[in-house]
Amino acid sequence: MKTSEPFDGYFTVPKLLERNAREFSNSPAYREKEYGIWQTWNWKQSEEEITALANGLISMGLEVGDKVAIIGRNRPALYWSFIAAQMVGAIPVPIYNDAVGDEIAYVLEHCGANFAIVGDQEQCDKLHDIKEKLPELTEVIYLDPRGLRKYDHSHLHSYKNVQNVGREVANSQSAVLQKRLATQNQDTICVMLYTSGTTGKPKGVVLTYKNVLSASRAASSFDNLKVTDEILAYLPMAWVGDFIFANGQALWVGFCVNCPESPETMQGDLKEIGPTYFFSPPRIFEEMLTTITIRMEDVGRLKKSTFDYFMRHAKKVGNDILDGKNVQLWDRIKYSVGEFIIYKPLKNSLGLSRVRIGYTAGEAIGPEIFDFYRSLGINLKQLYGQTEAGVFVTLQPDGEVRADTVGIPCPGVELKIGESGEVFYRSDSSFHSYYKNPEGTAETKDKDGWVATGDAGFIEEDSGHLRIIDRAKDVGKMADGSLFAPKFVENKLKFYPNILEAVLFGNGRDNCCAFINIDLNAVGNWAERNNISYSSYQELSGHPDVVKQIQEHIEEVNISLASDEMLSGCQIHRFLILHKELDADDGEMTRTRKVRRRIVEDKYSDLIQGLYSDKTQISTNTEVTYEDGRKGSISADIELRNVTTVNEKVDAA
Amino acid sequence: MNNINQNEPVMGEQERTFGAPIMEMKNITMRFGGVVAIQDISFDILKGEVRAIIGPNGAGKSSMLNVINGFYHPQEGEIWFGGEKRARMKPYQIAYQGIARTFQNIALFKGMSTLDNIMTGRFTHMKTGILSQALWKGPAEKEEYENREIVEKVIDFLEIQTIRKTEVGKLPYGLQKRVELGRALAAEPKLLLLDEPMAGMNVEEKEDMSRFILDVNDEFGTTVALIEHDMGVVMDIADRVVVMDYGKKIGDDTPEGILNNQDVIDAYLGVAHD
Repeated sequence: MKTSEPFDGYFTVPKLLERNAREFSNSPAYREKEYGIWQTWNWKQSEEEITALANGLISMGLEVGDKVAIIGRNRPALYWSFIAAQMVGAIPVPIYNDAVGDEIAYVLEHCGANFAIVGDQEQCDKLHDIKEKLPELTEVIYLDPRGLRKYDHSHLHSYKNVQNVGREVANSQSAVLQKRLATQNQDTICVMLYTSGTTGKPKGVVLTYKNVLSASRAASSFDNLKVTDEILAYLPMAWVGDFIFANGQALWVGFCVNCPESPETMQGDLKEIGPTYFFSPPRIFEEMLTTITIRMEDVGRLKKSTFDYFMRHAKKVGNDILDGKNVQLWDRIKYSVGEFIIYKPLKNSLGLSRVRIGYTAGEAIGPEIFDFYRSLGINLKQLYGQTEAGVFVTLQPDGEVRADTVGIPCPGVELKIGESGEVFYRSDSSFHSYYKNPEGTAETKDKDGWVATGDAGFIEEDSGHLRIIDRAKDVGKMADGSLFAPKFVENKLKFYPNILEAVLFGNGRDNCCAFINIDLNAVGNWAERNNISYSSYQELSGHPDVVKQIQEHIEEVNISLASDEMLSGCQIHRFLILHKELDADDGEMTRTRKVRRRIVEDKYSDLIQGLYSDKTQISTNTEVTYEDGRKGSISADIELRNVTTVNEKVDAA
Repeated sequence: MNNINQNEPVMGEQERTFGAPIMEMKNITMRFGGVVAIQDISFDILKGEVRAIIGPNGAGKSSMLNVINGFYHPQEGEIWFGGEKRARMKPYQIAYQGIARTFQNIALFKGMSTLDNIMTGRFTHMKTGILSQALWKGPAEKEEYENREIVEKVIDFLEIQTIRKTEVGKLPYGLQKRVELGRALAAEPKLLLLDEPMAGMNVEEKEDMSRFILDVNDEFGTTVALIEHDMGVVMDIADRVVVMDYGKKIGDDTPEGILNNQDVIDAYLGVAHD
């Protein structure tokens, strides 16, 4: 081994694949549930599959520097496509598989994709619809042949056939492949990831092997990941997190990547696999908690009171036990009883019983949700990161986990806080550039390598932990000069199972108002139990009892805000419940389900105006986009409600 | 760019072509006491096609399906299947010949899981005896694995993985219909009979079901004969249509031909009495 070389000589993904196939040849590398059974490929078999595909791609004419778009749900064959493309010297560009035609067209056009490897007919259809815009896209390769039999196959190929051709030409072509592999170094481009971006068009973040592998190496050693670890790959492949976990870290450490049978069966598959390393945006944790809450509403009184009793106890001591702090013996005994009858079965049914390291990232998580999981004994931690950083900027070390911070800098990452309060970082893993966008690159990354995160935050003096307040551009001032931090308030609201999404307005105004999206699962279940009939989301969201419940939640939030000196000005004065769910297809959210505040503001300006008037009802008409790209519109009469606020001076007295 | 495409068909939207008749009905007459349900009807079903039987209520469509299926035995006429004249048979013997069906009113085992229900569709392919199956030794074990694999492919095909282990009685109607189709498919039939597959479905469920029927026909080359009320669906997915009215055949043509057939128009829209 040439240790003088960077990364112990394994400075590209193909080199790591070769190492894994040699050193961990029999360890499981990829698993996928298909036909009801978990099918496993070990590293040796995976290498064979990937090499076959790479040879096939070369014989189809894929050149060094070409772009290969990868669209589909998480499947081993698509993860192999990344590595095969990299072996050939091409650059993989994963795309969100639920993106609509226009979004895909933008990315493919921008990166100039030459090949596309897709999951099934749905993706082929989307590409077919936009092919006029994409003169550079020459060949499309699909995994699932279903429904494609009658399509014109002159530029459409089945994945298996490409591999078979690759196997046939493997010998005659091995020199070409070896030559291409030999020219790669740590500065070769590893991948291009398009950020969903809460504003504007997506940007193509270029990451080199050095970026990806330093991020993977640093975070893997931080959490002591092992080759025996298991992850469930169920988050979008185009998301940087999934890329680093399932491509970067999996290759670096050699652990196993498990792919669910279908997105709908994820929860069941999670339970069967029981991953040891688990990551998820807060949303999934919120959904799981909502499901538990709903189901506990339906059980008998004895079960319910047992559950409540032990959950209260877990809330009291669970976190301290997990952190290894001093806890009284009697409390420990009670906790172990609870572990036996409540916590363990609950964790098992959630599929989290084997989790050694769990991360939540992407958005701030409600402290109550975070504590709920930790109190069960699940080592859930927060990390703070972004695509430009190869995910990791800060991580929480074991034993120093708190809901209100995002941890200490990842090894190899330097942090600084700018004059405006914005967080900057610098590391080997920070991105190379934005593709075809030098101005954007210069705006974000200065010549010393400091990258602006766009988030406002500060470093706590005594612990060294970073605290994020909000998106720098979202944090504002109310008319009276007090702080306006919408995300903080929205997260408080979202902790209520009934509330799926909340959007707060009030920057530069006298007071705050909010849009609420109800959670159809939770509220629908409540309606069923109370014999309230409804025919649509819209009808349910306008039901007087629902509005009343939401109002009560908001009043509770107002009370808790009033006690916070900095944020008491953010109390909600008026609200309305939206007649439709905010949706990525309508551009109101990103594909990772973050609200695009500006777009929502524009689109519903009439409703906001209504909130800041003294009307009690407003009619509106909204355009919606269906999954297949067709458009329609819905109109609704929406009730505008006043909420009681707490006067902080009275409260203090 | 070399030999990548050697095994792949290069096709656009082509004319559909079919093989020889898989089933021929010759002068079938079926009476229940004094009621003539089917009167002297002849038609054939070609290998690989989607054949629809339509008609107003009481036209004799379901009786026709039951005749094909061997549940009813016509008083007159001959049935030819796979080039042989069919003798009087029990329905299970006909199932062994390679004809599977679904029912207008779902006929599933409500207390069993989706998986078990579809597994029952494999009974014609199971050869080991009760004893060895009960002990689950030797060939029975191997056989179960093989059958399970086919069942799982059906589950994958119909996209019902999520309900694999759910009790069928708890499923919504549209999904139960899909499970029933799954059970019929699991039999790997030569001829698939569908009795009102879209009855009681909403538009989305109808679209899904049409897609599945076309995919079955396309992927497995299964010949499909279906009875349906919904004219829109029939016109979209059928290759040829038989129209029945009061037990008689009043039309037998392509969907376009049927739409222009005066007898059919009269039967559906009624004729003015002078």
